[in-house]
Amino acid sequence: MHIALSDEGVRRWARDGLRAVLGGLAGIGLAIVNLPLFIVTVAALVIVIVPGVGLAAFPWVTSLVRARADLERRRAAAAGVVVHRPYAPPPKRAVPGGWRLFRWVVTDPATWRDLAWLLPGAIVGLGLGVLAVAVPLYGLEGALLIPLWLYLGVDWYGYGLFWPIENVAEGWLSAPQGLLFIAAGLTAAPWLRRVDAMFGKLFLAPTKAADLRLRVSQLTATRADTVDAQAAELRRIERDLHDGAQARLVSLGMTIGLAEQLLERDPAAARKLLVEAREASGTALTELRHLVRGIHPPVLAERGLDGAVRALAMSLPVPVDVDAELPGRLQTPVESAAYFAVAEALANVVRHSGARHAWLWLRERDGRLAIVVGDDGAGGADPGRGTGLTGIRSRLAAFDGTMTLSSPPGGPTVVTMELPCALSSPRTSPSSGTA
Amino acid sequence: MRVVIAEDLALLRDGLTRLLEAFEFEVVEAVDNGPALLPALIRHRPDVAVLDVRLPPTFTDEGLQAAIAARTELPGLPVLVLSQHVEQLYARELLSDRTGGVGYLLKDRIANVGQFLDAVRQVAGGGTVMDPEVVAQLLVRRDRPLAALTGREREVLGQMAEGRSNAAIAARLFVTEKAVSKHINNIFSKLGMPPSDDDNRRVLAVLAYLDSP
Repeated sequence: MHIALSDEGVRRWARDGLRAVLGGLAGIGLAIVNLPLFIVTVAALVIVIVPGVGLAAFPWVTSLVRARADLERRRAAAAGVVVHRPYAPPPKRAVPGGWRLFRWVVTDPATWRDLAWLLPGAIVGLGLGVLAVAVPLYGLEGALLIPLWLYLGVDWYGYGLFWPIENVAEGWLSAPQGLLFIAAGLTAAPWLRRVDAMFGKLFLAPTKAADLRLRVSQLTATRADTVDAQAAELRRIERDLHDGAQARLVSLGMTIGLAEQLLERDPAAARKLLVEAREASGTALTELRHLVRGIHPPVLAERGLDGAVRALAMSLPVPVDVDAELPGRLQTPVESAAYFAVAEALANVVRHSGARHAWLWLRERDGRLAIVVGDDGAGGADPGRGTGLTGIRSRLAAFDGTMTLSSPPGGPTVVTMELPCALSSPRTSPSSGTA
Repeated sequence: MRVVIAEDLALLRDGLTRLLEAFEFEVVEAVDNGPALLPALIRHRPDVAVLDVRLPPTFTDEGLQAAIAARTELPGLPVLVLSQHVEQLYARELLSDRTGGVGYLLKDRIANVGQFLDAVRQVAGGGTVMDPEVVAQLLVRRDRPLAALTGREREVLGQMAEGRSNAAIAARLFVTEKAVSKHINNIFSKLGMPPSDDDNRRVLAVLAYLDSP
């Protein structure tokens, strides 16, 4: 049922419908491809026993089937049904035609599920595709008054309700009927595409075991990233402490020691050294403060994520509207990851966007933390260039979080971050604690 | 002058007590946690309270919360808040009641004993002292009406926010007091605020104005 009456709504309905009809048409063509693919696969299975080509043929054919299945997954995604790739990662040191590659393909259940899909998928794709294409085509026929001309020309023809057409008026009526058919066809086509995609998903999506395996390989990758990042971070902190505060304290001790020596002989010089020592202690403290801010900002510990981003926004040269509300405190690691992601996003706004104004929105809902940072700057931000956005992405990935970026040239730039979280404790307010 | 101290680290608490007592301050009580602070302030009604932002048991911003609560209970109670880091957010909260007698400094500043004691006295006298870092954060914004100020006027504004009198500002910037008051009048007219003679009130007004989002 489509009740959108606005121009925009009608345009979108027509566009989606047309796209789905074309998708159905493509589905018919692809369904026909499935048949030879199936035959070739079966043939490859049969010749497995032939030495020489047997072990090479099946993996090669399987890669064709997988390419076809991947195409179907992409088509499903376009129709709004997400189907993940189920395949096990390829073995290391595998050579074409070798046993290792053959075993990898044969032992992967996804191989057989793809094979099982080829024929039923073709039938369903063909049926739904024909339906999606035929209805609007039939409508087009009526709308173009072809039935009228046929009636006038060959004297026997029918359309829609009138079969056969008995007079000119009924012939004319094929036009409104045709329009109705077109409308119905365009409305139904996206649904037909979705049904097709969902049918494909039954075969082409990972099984539970495959899902787990994919999850393990993803976790392995993000864990390795996290460990690397953490080691690098520790190394940086160690170096900063070593070259900074530690060195300053050593020199401080020397200055004070010298002042001690000079105290009686040359009080004026001792005094000068002490002033120097005090100033050096101030510098050391400033360095430590910056370092601490980079490890875990104190305001984050004191106020939680919402308070900390508010404090952060205040210290920036670009005005930032902050709309942040959290009913409690997040777990410390999530809090910290989210804070640094926000800090990086805002730093990008200040550094690159040339924005005059930025805004930040932060909420927790159903165990997910959502953060949106936007600005009115020049846009054109590219996550591939520079490390800022990539850094945010890998920081969030460690917590199964995601980052998406929308930054058309000319702006506005919007960074959306999302990560699972649990509120570890309700907000503890010290003032109410003492009351 | 009677002082209440709140600081959880014994080393710093004793150091602070020793420092203040060496200069004729009387430390009537030194507490080491948040819950004990408010009762101590109400009991002693000190001339000035010197507080650490972060205190046990939660180690969040209990000192700050206690300071704000105490000033609701005892309006105008002078508090000097110390911290390892300064946040404009906290400065805004401290200044929100606009009654003066507020200081907010980095702990680093204690090392300069003379300036630190000046700050304590100024806060006790109802003045307002903001850490230069807070002021720097305030002045970093590009959008505020600050854009209309000249470089010299911004300098004067920063000095005002740090709690200096006209004479002190004049001495620091190597200009006459008359020049300073001329700059201040310009600042007020550019920011569209009524001129005022009271040092403290003008600082508060400027800070509150700059802080408004």
